[in-house]
Amino acid sequence: MPLSASPAAHTRPGIFIPSFFLENFSILETHLTWLCICSVFVTAVNLLLYLVVKPNASSKRSSLSYKVTRFLKCCIYFLMSCFFFHVIFVLYGAPLIELVLETFLFAVILSTFTTVPCLCLLGPNIKAWLRVFSRNGVTSIWENSLQITTISSFIGTWLGAFPIPLDWERPWQMAIERKYKMCTSLYVCTRHGASHCPQVWPISCTLGATFGYVAGLVISPLWIYWNRKQLTYKNH
Amino acid sequence: MQKISVLLFLAWVCFLFYAGIALFTSGFLLTRLELTNHSSCQEPPGPGSLPWGSQGKPGACWMASRFSRLVLVLIDALRFDFAQPQPSHSPGEPPVSLPFLGKLNCLQRILEIQPHHARLYQSKADPPTTTMQRLKALTTGSLPTFIDAGSNFASHAIVEDNLIKQLASAGRRVVFMGDDTWKDLFPGAFSQAFFFPSFNVRDLHTVDNGILEHLYPTMDSGEWDMLIAHFLGVDHCGHKYGPHHPEMAKKLSQMDQVIQGLVERLENDTLLVVIGDHGMTMTGDHGGDSELEISAALFLYSPKALFPGAPPEEPEIVPQISLVPTLALLLGLPIPFGNIGEVMAELFSEVEDSQSHSSALAQASALHLNAQQVSRFLHTYSAAAQDLQVKELHRLQTLFNKASADYQRLLQRPQGPEAALQTVITELQQFLRGVRAMCIQSWARFSLGRMAGGAALMAAACFLCLLVSQWATSPGFCFRPLLTLMACGLAGTIVCAGLLTTTGLKLDPVVLGAMAAAGSLLPFLWKAWAGWGSRRPLVALLPIPGPVLLFLLIRFAAFFSDSFVVAEARATPFLLGSLILLLIAQLHWEGKLLPPKLLTIPRLCFSASTGPPRHNGTHALGLGVGLLLCIRLAGLFHRCPEETPACHSSPWLSPLASMVGGRAKNLWYGACVGALVALLAAVRLWLRRYSNLKSPEPSVLFVRWGLPLMALGTAAYWALASGADEAPPRLRALVAGASVVLPRAVAGLAASGLMLLLWRPVTVLVKATTGAPRTRTVLTPFSGPPTSRADLDYVVPQIYRHMQEEFRGRLERTKSQGPLTVAACHLGSVYSAAMVTALTLLAFPLLLLHAERISLVFLLLFLQSFLLLHLLAAGIPITTPGPFTVPWQAVSAWALMATQTFYSMGHQPVFPAIHWHAAFVGFPEGHGSSTWLPALLVGANTFASHLLFADSGLCLGSLHPPQASHGLEGVCPQVHF
Repeated sequence: MPLSASPAAHTRPGIFIPSFFLENFSILETHLTWLCICSVFVTAVNLLLYLVVKPNASSKRSSLSYKVTRFLKCCIYFLMSCFFFHVIFVLYGAPLIELVLETFLFAVILSTFTTVPCLCLLGPNIKAWLRVFSRNGVTSIWENSLQITTISSFIGTWLGAFPIPLDWERPWQMAIERKYKMCTSLYVCTRHGASHCPQVWPISCTLGATFGYVAGLVISPLWIYWNRKQLTYKNH
Repeated sequence: MQKISVLLFLAWVCFLFYAGIALFTSGFLLTRLELTNHSSCQEPPGPGSLPWGSQGKPGACWMASRFSRLVLVLIDALRFDFAQPQPSHSPGEPPVSLPFLGKLNCLQRILEIQPHHARLYQSKADPPTTTMQRLKALTTGSLPTFIDAGSNFASHAIVEDNLIKQLASAGRRVVFMGDDTWKDLFPGAFSQAFFFPSFNVRDLHTVDNGILEHLYPTMDSGEWDMLIAHFLGVDHCGHKYGPHHPEMAKKLSQMDQVIQGLVERLENDTLLVVIGDHGMTMTGDHGGDSELEISAALFLYSPKALFPGAPPEEPEIVPQISLVPTLALLLGLPIPFGNIGEVMAELFSEVEDSQSHSSALAQASALHLNAQQVSRFLHTYSAAAQDLQVKELHRLQTLFNKASADYQRLLQRPQGPEAALQTVITELQQFLRGVRAMCIQSWARFSLGRMAGGAALMAAACFLCLLVSQWATSPGFCFRPLLTLMACGLAGTIVCAGLLTTTGLKLDPVVLGAMAAAGSLLPFLWKAWAGWGSRRPLVALLPIPGPVLLFLLIRFAAFFSDSFVVAEARATPFLLGSLILLLIAQLHWEGKLLPPKLLTIPRLCFSASTGPPRHNGTHALGLGVGLLLCIRLAGLFHRCPEETPACHSSPWLSPLASMVGGRAKNLWYGACVGALVALLAAVRLWLRRYSNLKSPEPSVLFVRWGLPLMALGTAAYWALASGADEAPPRLRALVAGASVVLPRAVAGLAASGLMLLLWRPVTVLVKATTGAPRTRTVLTPFSGPPTSRADLDYVVPQIYRHMQEEFRGRLERTKSQGPLTVAACHLGSVYSAAMVTALTLLAFPLLLLHAERISLVFLLLFLQSFLLLHLLAAGIPITTPGPFTVPWQAVSAWALMATQTFYSMGHQPVFPAIHWHAAFVGFPEGHGSSTWLPALLVGANTFASHLLFADSGLCLGSLHPPQASHGLEGVCPQVHF
């Protein structure tokens, strides 16, 4: 199960390695940087896995132009899914005008956890996606683990919204709030835009998404292992 | 017969719920009656000569005044230990370093240097420890509760007799500075006032600095008899940082300087009172009845000697309201009528006079005046309200009579023995404390037993509903045995109650109702328990699907976290949106959204429109996104809870009349009327589409002509209400008349429409039998090419046929009107048409009770429920026609939507957020003495969303597949037949 190796591989750098390269880095206080790093890293790992393993190696056509259009299509799909998630977040109650960057990065990271694996495994083919995410639609263990990680990312994101109404007075929340207050009092926010100030808004959700994804990566091999007797895939 | 037993059963369930709610609220909502009587100088509180009042001293009333002026420094949330003197720590121990301890140094210094001039007390506040209730208590001497039932409707002004009122009527000048809560409580009572906003609890300094700017100049100017300074900084510091924060030390040091400055400026005839209205918890909050919240500091200081002895080692504990009669008598004022506090006798002793006998006599006379006043109040109160215990009242009355007689005897023999004097004082104190204890018992204590009982009763009733709703789907179920069980229980309870009454016990109607409810529930519960093991496992009776159960549990758990209770307005739309997305995801997971060719199991896919078959996936997704959009838009109309100062309420909740700027107002007015027209047009379009507007039945005619008339009336009323001030003087009378007539006319039209609908609820059905165009009847042969789809679609008429038979059979049984021909398409819409009409009729009067711009929320409400029904209809599996079942997700979504709309109509579940102005719609001059009509109007305003959703909930019965494609159709026959 090569996928099961990745949680350890990508959480550890998130916590330890970047702080060697970046000054004053911490997941909570420079959250947007963390989001970018995490997103890029997960995408890279996914692409690497795709290139190494080639789960659905199709022997049909592999001309360069086909590959390029396919890649471009994937990019467009990825962007569209980011925008789609952004719209969904706003509909769920995220602020419409303020904190656009935060919300969008949140959408990007969720797309990274869900859309990128789909694109790698199934290609830009909505019908196949829809098939995988319906009952009895799974045709391989790859798709099975894709299903589990994606669903657990969504659930993690959803659960991540729960701490939002809690009054922000836990120590780690206080640290951020204090910094934010300093920021507002110095009018940094108004001059440089909100991105310079650490915000509380997407943190719990993005952390939830990350934990959900990691949990999915852990659960899916286990689940497949436990249910290996029941798993019979129809070959389409 | 079945109909009657169902109705009886529903009535019984209603009774169970009401009994439970009444029991709970009687334990939870502290209530008390407000009396408007006033004490006056001329009228002594009881028979007998006034000790010094009649001696004609200037400024003397019931008693000679000892101070002509008073400085009251109210430091909000000054807990007792904030002011407690700190023992100088011995060198061995480490010094105490809590930021709130020992910061009020000047109090300690004064107590040490001038022990006869100052005294520190630990005052005990009565719950609720919120500032407004405490202010009421500190001026009236009573025990204010959450609801003070009185005649002042929609205003916070104190109607009871109070110190400020007494001062004003004695012609004294009261100067106030500080918290603007006093402005609402005592409108126009101050000769000079400096109010500062108290709303923002994060702002520590505005109020305090504002006071300090005016305090000393006012004091030096001398134009005052009573000076009140209400500092808020300590309280706000507690809310923001908690007591264990360096800011608290700074704030308390600032207060220390204030007191020091005041002490230096005091003159000989002035009394200084420093008091905290309540304490605070370890986290800086208050409101409850914990020890830290109710203990507050009380410090008295006078430049001339006041106390005969030195202060005790440990400060004395006094009830907070003791201050009221004490201050009243010290200032030479009558004690406020409703006071139940006990004078602090120590302050009435003669300091210069070394004789302890005359000191004790002075104390006794003050106590006697106090007791007379309390006795008079008790007498008046028990005549007006019944909530005091009769037995205890009687006991206290005898105690008072005895003490009073003893006191009179003592007065006739002034040189009586010392012991007799002490006995009288003790007796009088016993009486006063007894009264206070009795009043606390009935006014200021939650009754946990009642609350638990009420909750248990409601839970049992919910359980009953759950079980019966499951049993009712099984064939051959009958309500009769249930009703007999209920009747047995009820009869038993009545017999018990009768026996209890004959023994002379007086029973509270609430308790009686609860007893009856519990008695009638018990046989049922017993039967359910007995049937548990034998027949079928209970789990089979609870077919709540897992995810929906999870949602319900989350919603349930959210009520146990105060953060989530405060954020309910945001949490409910979140849950609703999640439920909707879950529904769509589930539909997809089950494979109901994809085109049939992709599926292994073919689905009956047909559409209401005769056009090409729609793409189900995008259709459902569109419905879901539309719903989310509606929810988000409705979320723009929100009112902030008081607990979140950083939040800004939506400006759209205010009435148009409060807007300045004609252009914006006109635009908004246009939008509101547009919403009205859109609502009406949508309803009419829908009815027309299902050809419900064609017959000459009276209710149909009403829908055609009455509804537009109502809309016109509403729009005209809005125009008048928003622009009443701009009307030319000639038209004033006309405008005033119209603003009375129009709302009443709309409400009357709605009522008559509802009556018509009740009289002929199935008019559309009859129309369908007589003269409806038969183009869309079920038996119309299928016109498409004979493909496999056509075969599929042919199943539908079969189901319709079956239903038609079923309905006809039932109708004939219940109505005995001879055979009816039922056209199925119209059958589909027959119930829902009546429901939609009723809803619209109901919506108009409710609309009038809200601010104009809420009409947009009403439009969203209709849109939302329409979309949700469509979405739910897309996912209902086709089963064999039998008793209808309403899926759990539908009911959950409906309930969540009702709560969400409640918030977007600008409500919050707190008393200050109630829309009192609704009581004056159609009654601009008020209601006189009647209270039920304004209560009804305000109630309808508050629960508009729940009313509408409960009513339209019947539409959920429409989710059965044959009508599914029609969306809003049909009504659960369990309810109607």
